[in-house]
Amino acid sequence: MSSSSSLINALFIFVLAGFIGFEVIRRVSPLLHTPLMSLTNALDAIAVVGAIVLVGEHKSQLSAIFGFIAVVAATSNIVGGFIITDRMLKMFKSSRPATKTAAK
Amino acid sequence: MTSELAGGQVVIEILYLIASVLFILSLKWMSSPTTARHGIWAGEAGMLLAICGTLLHHGIIDYKLIAIALVLGTIIGVPLGRVQMTAVPQRTALSHAFGALCVTLVGSAEYYLRAPNISRFMMSVLAIEVILGGLTVTGSLMAAGKLQEILPQRPLTYKGQNFVNFLLLAGAVVIAVWLVVHPDAKTLFPIMILIALTFGVLLIIPIGGADMPTVISLLNGYAGLSAAAMGFVLDSKLLIIAGALDGSSGLILSIIMSKAMNRSFTNVLFGAFGQVLTAGAAAEEAKPVRSAIPEEAAAILSAASRVIVIPGYGMAVAQAQHKVRELYDSLSKRGVDVRFAIHPVAGRMPGHMNVLLAEADIPYDRLIEMDEINGDFPQTDVALVIGANDVTNPAARSDSSSPIFGMPILDVDKAHTVMVIKRSMNPGFAGIDNPLYYLDNTLMLFGDAKAFVGNIVRELTGGQHS
Repeated sequence: MSSSSSLINALFIFVLAGFIGFEVIRRVSPLLHTPLMSLTNALDAIAVVGAIVLVGEHKSQLSAIFGFIAVVAATSNIVGGFIITDRMLKMFKSSRPATKTAAK
Repeated sequence: MTSELAGGQVVIEILYLIASVLFILSLKWMSSPTTARHGIWAGEAGMLLAICGTLLHHGIIDYKLIAIALVLGTIIGVPLGRVQMTAVPQRTALSHAFGALCVTLVGSAEYYLRAPNISRFMMSVLAIEVILGGLTVTGSLMAAGKLQEILPQRPLTYKGQNFVNFLLLAGAVVIAVWLVVHPDAKTLFPIMILIALTFGVLLIIPIGGADMPTVISLLNGYAGLSAAAMGFVLDSKLLIIAGALDGSSGLILSIIMSKAMNRSFTNVLFGAFGQVLTAGAAAEEAKPVRSAIPEEAAAILSAASRVIVIPGYGMAVAQAQHKVRELYDSLSKRGVDVRFAIHPVAGRMPGHMNVLLAEADIPYDRLIEMDEINGDFPQTDVALVIGANDVTNPAARSDSSSPIFGMPILDVDKAHTVMVIKRSMNPGFAGIDNPLYYLDNTLMLFGDAKAFVGNIVRELTGGQHS
C-alpha cells in the first residue's frame, strides 16, 4: 500500500520536475548550450548519492565494488563538469565597455 | 515508507530539498551570460549539501572506502575539466558515459541486493534504468571515440542494420518483461545488460561526424532519464528531479538540433539517422568559379561597412579562430561592423562554435543566432564563410532533389559579396555540391583557413602602417 503511494508521489515529482526543466531550459540562450550541457551533466552526477550509500552500507562484496566504481565515475563528472563549465563561462565577454555588469 | 521519519532522516530530506531548489536556480541562471556563473555556484552548493546530507545516512558504516572513491574521482575529474575547448564534445560524450556507468552499476547492485523480493513496478523501473544506462555507456563511448578520431568517423552501414538493432532492443525488452514477472531469474539480468551494451555500440556505428550534435544531445537525454529511473528505484526525490532536469535538457537540445538538420524528432529518437547520402557526387562538370587572392579580399573587406563572418567546424579544425579574432579586431578598428552568424549545428555539439569563438576573445554580443541574423544578409556588404559548407548551401532552400532540401540555412547568398575560404573545390562533409560557389557575387579564397585569414590580416594592418 505505502509503496504504491510512494510511486505516485515519485511520478508527480518526475512530471513536475520535467515541466520545470522544459520551461527553464527553453529560456537558455543558444549561446550557452555547450556550458548548459556540461552543467546538467555535473548536476546529473548527483546519482553519486545512491552510490555513496551502496559503498557505505557495504551490504555485499558486489554492491560495494559496483558502488565504489560508481562513486568514482560520478565524482569525476561532478568535478570535471563544474571546472569546465566555469572555464567556458569565464570566456564569454561582452564588447560593451561596462564589462562588469552589462545590464540593459 | 513509514509515516514517521527519524530525526536524522528529516535533516537529510531537507538538505536534499534545498539542493533541488539550488539545481533549478542553477539552470535558471544559465539563461544569460551575465548570470550564468551564479548558476555554477548554485550547482556546486547544491551538490555539496546533497553529498554531506548523504554522508549523514544512518546505515553508512564504511567511510574510508567512500573517501578513497571521492578522491579517486576527483583525480580523474580535474584533467577532464581542463581539456581544450575543441575537445569539449568528446569530453561531454565521455561524461555521459561515466554518468550512465554510475547509474547502471548502482541499478545492477540494487537488483542483486533485493533480487527475489522486487515488486513488479520496481523491477520495471530497474530494467528501464539499466537498459537506458547500459546503452548510454557504450553509445557515449563510441561517440567519444568517433569525435576523438580513435574510431573511424565515417558512418558504417550494412543491410538490415535497423532490423538487427530493433531485434536486439526487442530482446532486451522481452528479458526485462520476463524479469518483471520472475524477478528471481538472476542469470537473465547480466544478459539483459549485455544486450543493452551491444545495442549502444550498434546505435552509434551508422552515425557520422556531422550528426554528432544531435547524438550527443540525445545521449544526454538518455543519461538523464536513466538517472531519473534510478531515483524511482532508490525512492530519492532529489535524483528524480535532477534526472528529469537533465533529461528534459537533453531532449530539448535534441529537438533543436534535429530541427536545424531538418530531421523529424521520431527519426532522431529511434536513432535511424546517419543514412549515407549517395547523391551529389554526380555533379562533376567543372563550372566556372571566381577566385581571389588575400590582397583583393583585404581590399574588399576594408571597403565594406557591414561584414558577417560565417564560421564552421572547418575553422576550428584549422585552428583559425585566433586569426579570425585578429581579423575582427583590425576590421572593427577601421569602423567596419563585424558580426558572426552561428548556425545551430555549427561545431560538433550544441553551442560549440560560440565557445570556440568566445575562447578567442570575440565578444558574445557579436555572435548572432541564425534566425536573428538571416534578415540582415541583404544589407550586408561581405559575407565571409570560413570552414562552413552545408549550412550555407542555397540548394536547401530551392532544390527539392537535394539531400539537404528543407534544412534551415544561413542566407549567405543574399549578401552583396560572398567570400568563401576553402581548401579546394572538393565537395564538403556530406558530399553535396554547393551552388553558392558558382554565383556571380561569390569569390572563392583557396587555401588553409588559418593561413589565409592571417594573410588578409597582414594586408589590413600593413596597409594601415604605410
